[in-house]
Amino acid sequence: MASLSSTVPVKLPETGQGGGVHPPAYGGGGDGGGGDGYPDYGQRLRRARLGLAIALAPIFMFFVSITSAYIVRQGLPTLDDKTNSYVHDWIPVQLPLGLLLVNTGLLAASSITAELSRRQITRQAALAPVKSIPGVSLGDERRLPWLYVTVLLGGGFLAGQWLAWQELATRGFYIATSASSSFVYLLTAAHGVHLAGGVLVLLYAATISLLNKPVEARRIVVDVTAWYWHFMFLLWVGIFALLWFAR
Amino acid sequence: MATSATIHAHAAPQGFIRKYIFSLDHKVIGLQYYFLALIAVFVGMFLSLLMRIHLIWPTAVLPLVGEIKPETYLSLLTMHGTIMVFFVLTTAPQSGFGNYFLPIQIGAPDMAFPVLNMLSFWTTFVAFVVMIAAFFVTGGAPLHGWTGYAPLSALTNTGPGEQLGADLWVTSIAVFCIASLMGALNFITTTLDLRAKGMTMMRMPLTCWAWFITAILGLLAFGVLLSAGILLLLDRNLGTSFYVPLVVVNGQVMAHKGGSPLLWQHLFWFFGHPEVYIAILPSMGVASQLLSTFSRKPIFGYRAMVYAIMAIGILGFVVWGHHMFMSGMSPYSAFAFSIMTMAIGVPSAIKTFNWLGTLHKSKIRFYAPMLFAVGFVSLFVSGGLSGPFLAQPVLDIPLHDTYFVVGHFHLIMGVASIFGIFGATYYWFPKMFGRMMNEGLGKLHFWLTFVGTYAIFMPMHYLGMAGHPRRYSQLTEVAYLHNLIPVQTFMTYAAFITIAAQFIFLINLFWSMFKGPKASDNPWEATTLEWTTATPPPHDNFGGHTPVVYHGPYEYGVPGAAKDYVMQTDPTPVTAH
Repeated sequence: MASLSSTVPVKLPETGQGGGVHPPAYGGGGDGGGGDGYPDYGQRLRRARLGLAIALAPIFMFFVSITSAYIVRQGLPTLDDKTNSYVHDWIPVQLPLGLLLVNTGLLAASSITAELSRRQITRQAALAPVKSIPGVSLGDERRLPWLYVTVLLGGGFLAGQWLAWQELATRGFYIATSASSSFVYLLTAAHGVHLAGGVLVLLYAATISLLNKPVEARRIVVDVTAWYWHFMFLLWVGIFALLWFAR
Repeated sequence: MATSATIHAHAAPQGFIRKYIFSLDHKVIGLQYYFLALIAVFVGMFLSLLMRIHLIWPTAVLPLVGEIKPETYLSLLTMHGTIMVFFVLTTAPQSGFGNYFLPIQIGAPDMAFPVLNMLSFWTTFVAFVVMIAAFFVTGGAPLHGWTGYAPLSALTNTGPGEQLGADLWVTSIAVFCIASLMGALNFITTTLDLRAKGMTMMRMPLTCWAWFITAILGLLAFGVLLSAGILLLLDRNLGTSFYVPLVVVNGQVMAHKGGSPLLWQHLFWFFGHPEVYIAILPSMGVASQLLSTFSRKPIFGYRAMVYAIMAIGILGFVVWGHHMFMSGMSPYSAFAFSIMTMAIGVPSAIKTFNWLGTLHKSKIRFYAPMLFAVGFVSLFVSGGLSGPFLAQPVLDIPLHDTYFVVGHFHLIMGVASIFGIFGATYYWFPKMFGRMMNEGLGKLHFWLTFVGTYAIFMPMHYLGMAGHPRRYSQLTEVAYLHNLIPVQTFMTYAAFITIAAQFIFLINLFWSMFKGPKASDNPWEATTLEWTTATPPPHDNFGGHTPVVYHGPYEYGVPGAAKDYVMQTDPTPVTAH
């Protein structure tokens, strides 16, 4: 049957704290957005997650292409002009294993705190309508600043990667020293750049909470970034495994 | 599903900057891409004009440009190829028309991520500016070809233009990759998540299918090009040796060793082959749309057309080695790539026969868009048939790097794909600008371009078989080419006429925008959703209501229907046929 939803001027959604009572944001099927002007945050979240899943594909392809170049280059004999014969010139890089393991631990911890902050804000978003009911209190939930902790741990990881680079330089491995060292710098830098992007988005998510954006909107940002963060952690594990076990 | 209020939680923007510069409206962004491509195509055409003139008058001194030295000729062809492939063929059919019409054709009020959409256009614009800047820096534009093979492109002393010019070229392409990835993300999310009620995937117009599959190709291919470009920048600027083996340049041993030029070829062509399908698939979608509309018949075999687009997309990822038959690869790899390349001929042929099947026994309305659609089929066949020749490694030995290849890809990319853009322009112009383009000028433009491009590019097959290499600047210096210079001369004169004919299009385009006769909402009596809304469409595309779809996209000539077409949003049921 044809049905045309009428045009409704959309008013800015009020947060759950104070103001009127709002119906749950995620119910009502697909047409939740048209009825009362309240944006369908459930649909927006699904769309944002879909967008992230799609965005991870080219990032994956990027790192896969570099990995395949690494593997082939490792096995490639090159011409040694002194002996005029083909030799394998792959020099395993002396990675600062301890430092990198510490960094991995930091990133793992940050993944855990990212997940905690994601679940925390999910609860906050779910309970936001309840808080607006007069006389209802949820008690003082201990609100640990998981988001800020994630930003700190992520920043710590990046600082640790910088230290690892300095240690590599001390050991005589610069970006152009050997093919293996080029790949080490390239892979860690590329991963670091992507992670730094994630840190910036987390900072944005942390800051907009201070600007009183609706908690449901903030939830979407934190949710998508947390999933991205987990992907970045797994990517790092893959890169580290490649650089260590296939050194 | 999408409702107007869900995405458009704001009124139409006010102010010049918000409305026309940093617009979030996919229609404005689509036009921005289109006009960027229009500028790029005239720049690219001018470069090809200089090339054509130089080939037959190598010592000529031209106004503004001066004498074209051989290294300058190489820069011209490098920039011609790069600008045309990236800023015209990847931009206009996909980002231009796709941005404008994908949301409308699926019944959505905008793209899934309008801010990302705006950013993707301006990033493309920055990439274009960086590319053009290469002409104006010391040393000029790079001369390593649009394919940028290492080690020529990976070292800075291999020729004029290979210093800052080449760095700008690589940077521009890297920025373009990021812009394309953002766009692809938007297209895929929009197609999957924003279709209106009743618009199932198998009721989407073939244009939408083409944009969708093209976006998937771009999503998976541009990431690899980005990594190739970053490795190239590292080799050029930080002394790494990803691509550069031990080489001697001008008697000097370079401080690189151990790299592999083949790595560049693999990474580039892994992107490069899907790229050419990115260039042609949207035009195929447009051709299907136009052929059906103007022959008043449903597209023959809609389902097969959808599967053929998917098959072309998937197979496009496993054939990149056919650009590398002469690189010294194993004959067994060559055999595998050859088989897969010939396999692509199957879905391509299915599409071609289905287009012909659509035309068969139809009552054709020969308006300008239809001429370009039929021209597309002709050129796709002409350009495509030389593909299986090149797909045989044995045949590729004499044909590689000759004009045979140049003829092949120009006919199919440089003409067939462009005909898709022209056809789309004439077809959708009334919807975008509210006026009709001049039909007489459109037909004149078509015939001059159709005959002209055949005259330019068909003889190239003959030249290639005669052994005429590509990218050669001074034909008079090579004795065995002397007999072929008259053919080059003929091609150059044909190019003069064809390039002049494009100004007819340009004049028609801009004149009609302001002075053309006003268009109705559905001047072509077409069935798809863009023709249900006002001309030009309002800000949220459908004027506050969400369309509901009842039919497939090509319900023409339905028995028992009141008119010879049934629009997709028409609630009147039709008998199954």
